[in-house]
Amino acid sequence: MTAPQGFSTHTGTACPLDEANIDTDQIIPKQFLTGVTRAGYGKHLFHDWRYLDLHEQEPNPDFALNKAEYQGASVLLSRENFGCGSSREHAPWALDDFGFKVIIATSFADIFYGNCINNQLLPVALSSSQMDTLFELVKARPDTRITIDLTQQTVSLAQQQFSFDIAEHHKHNLLKGLDAIGLTLELGQQIEQYEQQQPAWL
Amino acid sequence: MAKTLYDKVFDAHVVETVDGDSLLYIDRHLIHEVTSPQAFAGLNDKGRKVRRPDRTVATMDHSISTRSLALDACGPQNALQLNTLAENCEQHNIRLFPVGHQKQGIVHVMGPELGLIQPGMTVVCGDSHTATHGAFGALAFGIGTSQVEHVLATQTLKQSKAKSMLIQVDGTLPVGITAKDIILAIIGRIGHAGATGHVIEYAGEAIRALTMEERMTICNMSIEAGAKAGMIAPDETTFAYLKGREFAPSQQWDAAVEYWQSLHSDAEASFDTVVKLDAASIAPQVTWGTNPGQVIGVDTPIPAPADFSDAVEQESARKALGYMGLNAGQKLADIAISHVFIGSCTNGRIEDLRAAAHIARQGKVASGVTAIVVPGSGAVKRLAEEEGLDQVFTQAGFEWRLPGCSMCLGMNDDILQANDRCASTSNRNFEGRQGRGARTHLVSPAMAAAAALRGKFADVRDFQE
Repeated sequence: MTAPQGFSTHTGTACPLDEANIDTDQIIPKQFLTGVTRAGYGKHLFHDWRYLDLHEQEPNPDFALNKAEYQGASVLLSRENFGCGSSREHAPWALDDFGFKVIIATSFADIFYGNCINNQLLPVALSSSQMDTLFELVKARPDTRITIDLTQQTVSLAQQQFSFDIAEHHKHNLLKGLDAIGLTLELGQQIEQYEQQQPAWL
Repeated sequence: MAKTLYDKVFDAHVVETVDGDSLLYIDRHLIHEVTSPQAFAGLNDKGRKVRRPDRTVATMDHSISTRSLALDACGPQNALQLNTLAENCEQHNIRLFPVGHQKQGIVHVMGPELGLIQPGMTVVCGDSHTATHGAFGALAFGIGTSQVEHVLATQTLKQSKAKSMLIQVDGTLPVGITAKDIILAIIGRIGHAGATGHVIEYAGEAIRALTMEERMTICNMSIEAGAKAGMIAPDETTFAYLKGREFAPSQQWDAAVEYWQSLHSDAEASFDTVVKLDAASIAPQVTWGTNPGQVIGVDTPIPAPADFSDAVEQESARKALGYMGLNAGQKLADIAISHVFIGSCTNGRIEDLRAAAHIARQGKVASGVTAIVVPGSGAVKRLAEEEGLDQVFTQAGFEWRLPGCSMCLGMNDDILQANDRCASTSNRNFEGRQGRGARTHLVSPAMAAAAALRGKFADVRDFQE
């Protein structure tokens, strides 16, 4: 499924999650994976870190997402290997449902990165030193507004501008908000031709 | 031009090149209850059909009980998910091996058992441990639910070529060292994200000497090094494993083998990254931290954050030690455990259970330790029972359960409490993976059984008769 509208630019404040190797079990723990729809995972986002109790009644005041200064953030900052581990697409669903539009990190795990693209959630990889700058600026001034321009492939905040790389087909899909399945179905004839030349034992 | 094994399998599946990306044909699609309901809902919303139900196989594994065959044994939400899978398979004419079926099992255990996975295939599943099937020389990788929907509808996926990494393990494995120790040692060497963006090919004398089940253990944890997939070139070991299995080629066997024999990296093929390990230098591995790269030999003391040169790793180590309740310099032999889990798609096969039973025969589960053995499939369970392994385990004080993913991720009621410490044959030691606040140490099946008997981590080499 791909969202109907495309992604071009986004401006918002950021929440810093200054830690490496944040895995998808942490983003959305297994007890919330028994759903059969894509909706409603945001309230469980980062459950173990965000709540002191199992019933999500007692927010952990030390966790960044709960701090007053980061309320309303729509950009998440993190470090290397963000989204590692399980392939659960519930992770981007939860981030998106919570209100994040862009994740900026030093690097991403491959499956998570692809899952973000398929959900119109923009993953932006910046260098370690650029991330240092972002974390410093956002921690010093939590109301700092960050603009992410996908067309120009830039991240801008407080007199600073960084460029980022993104594969052309990922950019294209995000900008256009395309129905990936619909596009592939148009190649039905080529798929059928491929199938006809496959070996008989398959 | 010289090609790698990965190049050969990838290139053979390109249907079309679209915007610089390849549209890859998918030969085998495995599905389970957790990551498929939203994909079927998407299809149904748009009135789309499953293109190749005959290439798609489903099982129930993640959210099922290991004590009861009832679908609602772990609550109504789990039951809804399991029933949704059954309804979707029925509606779309997909073969399902449900709870209680003799061929049911963890998707990455039952698939190979049935001969569904063959050399040169492309294999996907909405599960990151799909890398397991690379043991057959297949290109197998985990996908998200949107991609599951794409494969259901089109039997293809858009993919860009990953980088290639050769991991060569030379020499002979010492006694007591297993495939699990090899892969943990590899992840310890290259790091938890060391193979991100790569497809790994495992090669070398020590890999060639492995059985298919051991090769599956190696490829299974490719994702724990960040790799998209892990592959091992097929050989006589592979062909012997496949011959006669239900879904393996029969009349076309000779033609298939002839093709499969071409599936190896050419001598002149080059890799983007090459890593070499000496099998003789590998000790039994135990993870001490909260990612699989935080691993040491059983005779090595718990490291200190200052032992790492990289600032990010130092911070990760500091946080991991805090979560794990460990201090730098502690010896593993002094660390008491409360639980043992033997099972999972990494180590839930018959050879794993035999290795654990070999140790279990030598004593009793220590007091205060809860130890469970969860076979990876119905077939593994039956074979183990025929061999009397269930009796060995239960007489030693282990619980013998029904097949499923179980405590590897705890989507059922096999979960740990805060501060429980588990020697686990699974694949992830993330914070909270086996239960909120619980502490997971990844080990081989023999090491897990040894820890169960001692109540602390023990060197399995001391148990060899």
